[in-house]
Amino acid sequence: MASDYDFQAVLDKYHLDLQPLSIETLQVNVTKLCNQACHHCHVDASPRRTEQMDKATVEKCLEILEQNPAIQKLDLTGGAPELNPYFDYFVKEARKRGKYVMVRHNLTVTLDGNPQTGESKEYLPEFFAENQVEVISSLPYFQEYFTDKQRGKGVFQKSLESIGRLNRMGYGVEGSGLILNLVYNPVGAFLPAPQADLERQFKQELKAKYGLVFNRLYTLTNMPIHRFKTQLQQLHGYGDYMEKLVNAFNPAAAQGVMCRSLLSVGWDGRLYDCDFNQMLEMGIGGRGPWTVFNFNFQKLMARRILFASHCFGCTAGAGSSCGGATA
Amino acid sequence: MNYYESKDLGKFAGIGKFKPELAEKFFDYYAAATGKDGALTKREKALIGLALAHAKQCPYCIDQYTTQCLENGSNPDEMTEALHVAGALEAGMTLVHGVQMHNVMERTGA
Repeated sequence: MASDYDFQAVLDKYHLDLQPLSIETLQVNVTKLCNQACHHCHVDASPRRTEQMDKATVEKCLEILEQNPAIQKLDLTGGAPELNPYFDYFVKEARKRGKYVMVRHNLTVTLDGNPQTGESKEYLPEFFAENQVEVISSLPYFQEYFTDKQRGKGVFQKSLESIGRLNRMGYGVEGSGLILNLVYNPVGAFLPAPQADLERQFKQELKAKYGLVFNRLYTLTNMPIHRFKTQLQQLHGYGDYMEKLVNAFNPAAAQGVMCRSLLSVGWDGRLYDCDFNQMLEMGIGGRGPWTVFNFNFQKLMARRILFASHCFGCTAGAGSSCGGATA
Repeated sequence: MNYYESKDLGKFAGIGKFKPELAEKFFDYYAAATGKDGALTKREKALIGLALAHAKQCPYCIDQYTTQCLENGSNPDEMTEALHVAGALEAGMTLVHGVQMHNVMERTGA
């Protein structure tokens, strides 16, 4: 029951009033299409999804970036964002406008290509480097078992191959200016290990065994929604997992939640406080929804952020955000 | 009814219902010994805990230390090796007593 996990009540208990601090990042989910169908995916992305942001909505996002200098970063996500037909255009145009661009890149799309059209994506490492894009890639563990268990058979080996290609372009290599950050999330109903410790292990293992390098490791908590929630319910572990998250509530992590400095855009242009609220269809503005077409920076800064039980996922332990731990 | 219920682990602190001053000393000691990086990391301590939990066959501890190992970044290979260390020592502890068996046999002229 949702009332058992009342996030607002816990905020009140700690006298926390989490209002927007800024909109530094526009995180745009351009497609639900993905070449993978991972067990934990909160987007329920897969090779069969068809939702795609259209050109007019991409143009509107670019206009918002241009007209609002406070928004310094564009964070492209999906699905596999590279499978949106306007992805390359979006990246190039955002860079022309001087914006810092990050791509949530699943590594394997470079080798798999588009699962619906067969289009090759092998050009991606070069494209990322040419456009000075920060690459942020999921790798659940530095071993095959956990990685393939979560992301599908063969994903670990493909991910290594793809990281190698990025490294050869200079990604993750000290002094290159090309940033490759990896993302860890637990392969099950447990909290992530401390970020610094895990980063050290990842760097040591990937370098020693495969000669691969990267910049930072971000640890993320699995969000108890959609596919992961279904998995928890099938294992009769949803209640235990929620209790774990609630018991691990960390006020310091709550202060740093990403929804205070980010705005999330859906493939159809609707605005949300974060990508998780987007997947739960908790849109800003309720019945009169905010979209990129009625975007108003000042009014959005004055909004109330919408919270629900899944928000305990961002405030447990060391916290969790698109940039890793928050406390 | 089962004697061991996983939810009961959460009631452990209730051992301090009587003689709370003793429980407090125990929990402080436990947290100091297992819950912090020291000469050993928390990750290493969790693997030792996991091995001991299996050797002593404590369901509560197996539950707790499996999670502890995962939440400190250990993987199934490391966790299984820790169990084999415990298992090998258990086997060794049995077999080394064969020395006693031989002593008795010699004493009896067998």
